[in-house]
Amino acid sequence: MHVLSIDRSIIDAIVAHARRDHPDEACGVVAGPVGSDTPTRHIPMDNAARSMTFYEFDSMEHLRVWREMDDRDEEPVVIYHSHTATEAYPSRTDVSFAGEPGAHYLLVSTREPDAEEIRSFRIVDGVVAEEPVRVVEAGVDPHAVQSYMFGQSPATVDYECSGR
Amino acid sequence: MAIEVRIPTILRSYTGGAKVVDGTGDTLADLLTDLDSRHGGLRGRLITDAGTLHRFVNVYVNDEDVRFLGALDAKLSDGDSVTILPAVAGGAFGFAAAAAISSHGAAAAAISSHGAAAAAISSHGAAVAAR
Repeated sequence: MHVLSIDRSIIDAIVAHARRDHPDEACGVVAGPVGSDTPTRHIPMDNAARSMTFYEFDSMEHLRVWREMDDRDEEPVVIYHSHTATEAYPSRTDVSFAGEPGAHYLLVSTREPDAEEIRSFRIVDGVVAEEPVRVVEAGVDPHAVQSYMFGQSPATVDYECSGR
Repeated sequence: MAIEVRIPTILRSYTGGAKVVDGTGDTLADLLTDLDSRHGGLRGRLITDAGTLHRFVNVYVNDEDVRFLGALDAKLSDGDSVTILPAVAGGAFGFAAAAAISSHGAAAAAISSHGAAAAAISSHGAAVAAR
């Protein structure tokens, strides 16, 4: 079974991006070395649609970022976006457009003002498979992890007091 | 000399897994016809039944989006590099819901063109090579 392992600091940055752009949807990428399945470099992207219900990468930024990943022997390990009034589950639209079969599709819901729902999915051939999100607390202890299983919302996590 | 074409992961099933292929053509339309002769089906993933580029496929000549270069009429020269990237897009608003509430012609047309692109992208998913 697939698991998304991701550093706490990257999750925090993604959530901050989603909160900043709320009520519009936010989107971006976390790049990582090819074949590593490890997201290491957070790249917030513009939502060219600037919409509360739709996101689309700006085509020129998309080219620039994908070239940069190529040059660095990276690939898009995580592709994320926010849903700002609904749950963090891929919509039919999300499934239709999912064009990176190797990526983890991370969704963040910002519908609740003080708690985020963070869930991850593989979307291959129109089939959605949820996977656990394993948040690695690298700043505290590389072996200390907190796992979010199948839609469990991290409502009990205090992002302000993560000890960094 | 030829034109280098960079193929995204999801379309490499048409190129035997190749990330880069070569082609020839004076325009993007000619190039796609040339590519389709060796990589059958590739053209159909990029062009609609109406004969236009899919709204949610990005094609670039060197550093330019072809939408600013005349789309399928974009002129090509030997040594150019063409990059194809499926748009990264999505969102909470389902097309079914959008179609149900849209009464404006323009909105409906926009939604149906999204749908066509989405169908083109997703309907060949079975052919996607595992990475």
